[in-house]
Amino acid sequence: MRFDTSPAPHVIGGYTVPRVMFQVVLALVPAAVVHIALFGPGLVLQLAVASVVALLCEAAALRWRGREPTPALRDGSVLVTACLLAISVTPLLPWWLMAFGTAAAVLLGKHAFGGLGQNPFNPAMVGYAILLVSFPVEMTRWPVPLDAAGGPGWTELARLAVTHVYGGEAPAAWDGYTGATALDSIRNGLSLRYTLPELVSRGEIIGPLGARGFAWINVSALAGGLYLMARGIVRWHIPVAVLAGLLTLAAAARWLDPGANLGPLTHAFSGATMLGAFFIATDPVSAATSDRGRLWYGAGIGVLVWVIRKWGGYPDGFAFAVLLMNLAVPLIDRYTIPRIYGHARD
Amino acid sequence: MTVAVNHAFPAGLALETHKQRALTSTILVLPPPGTAVLSLEQGFSGAVVEPVVAVGAEVAVGTPVAQPHDERATTLHSPVSGRVTAIEPRPAATVTGTATCIVIESDGRDRRDPAWRASADVESLSSAELVARLRAAGIAGLGGAAFPTATKLEAARARGARRLLLNGAECEPWICCDDALMREQAQDILHGARLMMRALEADSCVIAIEDDKPDAIAAVRAAIAATGPASGFAVQVVPAIYPQGAERQLATAVTGAEVPTAGLPADIGITCQNVATAMSVARWAREGEPCIARVVTVTGSGVAGPRNVLARIGTPLATLVDAAGGYCDTPLRLIAGGNMTGRALGSDDAGLSKAINCILVATAADLQPRLTAVELPCIRCGDCAAVCPVALLPQQLHRAALADDEAGLLAHGLWDCIDCGCCDFVCPSQIPLAHRFRIARRSLREREDTRRKAAEARERHERHERRVREAAEAERHAFEHARARARGLQSDQDRP
Repeated sequence: MRFDTSPAPHVIGGYTVPRVMFQVVLALVPAAVVHIALFGPGLVLQLAVASVVALLCEAAALRWRGREPTPALRDGSVLVTACLLAISVTPLLPWWLMAFGTAAAVLLGKHAFGGLGQNPFNPAMVGYAILLVSFPVEMTRWPVPLDAAGGPGWTELARLAVTHVYGGEAPAAWDGYTGATALDSIRNGLSLRYTLPELVSRGEIIGPLGARGFAWINVSALAGGLYLMARGIVRWHIPVAVLAGLLTLAAAARWLDPGANLGPLTHAFSGATMLGAFFIATDPVSAATSDRGRLWYGAGIGVLVWVIRKWGGYPDGFAFAVLLMNLAVPLIDRYTIPRIYGHARD
Repeated sequence: MTVAVNHAFPAGLALETHKQRALTSTILVLPPPGTAVLSLEQGFSGAVVEPVVAVGAEVAVGTPVAQPHDERATTLHSPVSGRVTAIEPRPAATVTGTATCIVIESDGRDRRDPAWRASADVESLSSAELVARLRAAGIAGLGGAAFPTATKLEAARARGARRLLLNGAECEPWICCDDALMREQAQDILHGARLMMRALEADSCVIAIEDDKPDAIAAVRAAIAATGPASGFAVQVVPAIYPQGAERQLATAVTGAEVPTAGLPADIGITCQNVATAMSVARWAREGEPCIARVVTVTGSGVAGPRNVLARIGTPLATLVDAAGGYCDTPLRLIAGGNMTGRALGSDDAGLSKAINCILVATAADLQPRLTAVELPCIRCGDCAAVCPVALLPQQLHRAALADDEAGLLAHGLWDCIDCGCCDFVCPSQIPLAHRFRIARRSLREREDTRRKAAEARERHERHERRVREAAEAERHAFEHARARARGLQSDQDRP
């Protein structure tokens, strides 16, 4: 009898990239639901715009690069990029900005470098950073969350989302319905020489855990992240190192000068902390390679987030922290190659 | 017995095993085949032997028919009595799937070679004599490498290894021939091990068995108890994690030390032999039988009655399959070895070799086809690095392989890769990593070869040039000398 002679191993485990990407999207669901509950249905619109634009850009880029588009479209990676970018921006972002950011993420962040697996920078954060530096006002106008006093009702939020997202115009001015995020107003307040207790008591912006609205998104992102860890999609090194880096500095600063520094708990549950630690920093393509390298990489992100929140020009520096550490990855990789079995310890 | 500590390696895979069906019956002893096909290429290492018989020669069971050039191969003995009918390329269980084979037609009488006799003095032989006899008997490592046992024992003794490690781990998911041997013939295994300990001048022997083989563990423990307390034997139960049975990984599990990268387990004081090899040594010691038979697992969903058989080397694989009830369902792949590291063979006309411990006839149900039609790009998830038993970064190694970056391949440990396939198993992008590393090793070896040959050619050329120059120089000298003399003569004549 004749048989085929494929090389060993003859059995593989059944893990696939689309399955990995699907799990990541699934783990984002709790955060998305909370986001919609607190900030209105704007996220749904952003997700729709981002997904469509992302798929179109991916297909177009693959055609330009002379590649077969179908397998890459099916791998789901571009949808993860779209979801992460959509959940990171304000739900009131005009549609054309969302489209622009997504296109920048997919075309410039991903395909300019050779597509899946080749991008040195996290594509979603490339899109976010380009949006933030180009449209700082539009990017930082968030609706007042439902759990903050004096906020608009959900129906009002829905109306706002439709007018701003589809109307294509960012909220023109601060009003009762929109405002800066908690981290943003604290930063502004501190720069105007208010003390932290004054700001916290004045604005009703910090809840028992962290920034109003964002605290619950952070809690649900943490839950999703733990799910990913339990499923073995994300290993512990990066999230733990990010949180350790951020919270150690936050705790130390708080201890040294409680009047000028937010505590570690507030840092942990404000801004993009949990989403960033579990979903963004863990993008394996742009992260460091070895486990030890990933610890350094994560810790670097954590430290940079705190530094940017404290002294930087932007309220939450997650995107910049990730992009800066992406830059450091080749260096980290160079110095963190694990000792191979049987090789001398140095 | 001392309580042994397991120093398990921090990776590997817990794989689903399929050993039970083949273990429901005992080892079946097959009659000698009508035709024996002996490959001159031994196993998958590329070691070759040279025939010492011609077509038409009459041979008996145990007549040496091929001899090695060096100490990396073993003597081949005829497994049947009869006539050599051909020495020609045939399908074989080798890397290329074809090799020159000695074909011996059996006369059905199973007559032994007159030189075959049990040596009465086995128990009093010196270490060196014992090694020489094992070499003459063609005893090879039956765990799958078919490396000459004598060579290995000699090297280990020279490096001062005083401990024998019997490998009964058998971590490949389908293979159970060692398990069956340990259950049924533990006494003989210990007998063979004792002789190898003598060859090594070793004082202790650890038999490592995975914890999913309780029957084998009990049988070996009972055999040890029967030999008495001062035998130096101990069983060490090791966790059933693939690739626990890999020599270096097992040596680490037992000693806690790592085998140095370019070294041998003997460098950490231990040497590893398979339990089946010990069995083969015992048969030689008892009856003088050279290595002409081995136990092999014939299994897979593609055979009707999976079981272990004791068959002569050279038995056509089709005959082995028939012994296990014949083909059933739709056999897709004929694998020599297990499903993780076994080699898929193109034809069942190949003969059983010392290196084949399992014939896995796989149907679609046994094979997990690559799930996506095309291999996706590496997303650098690092799952491969998490399971690598030698702590490589397969994703980086793969990048170096794609870029044909020789320095990168070496820096990331291409030669430390043990070809276990764990990285392939977990890769979500379905990249055939192990195979790609195999190709990279081959091309590196070829390149090294080319470089060496080029250097040799250059040297030869330079030598040649030098010779030509020197010859020309000498000729010129001789000419000038002659001219000078001629001139001298002339001037003599001119002299008044």
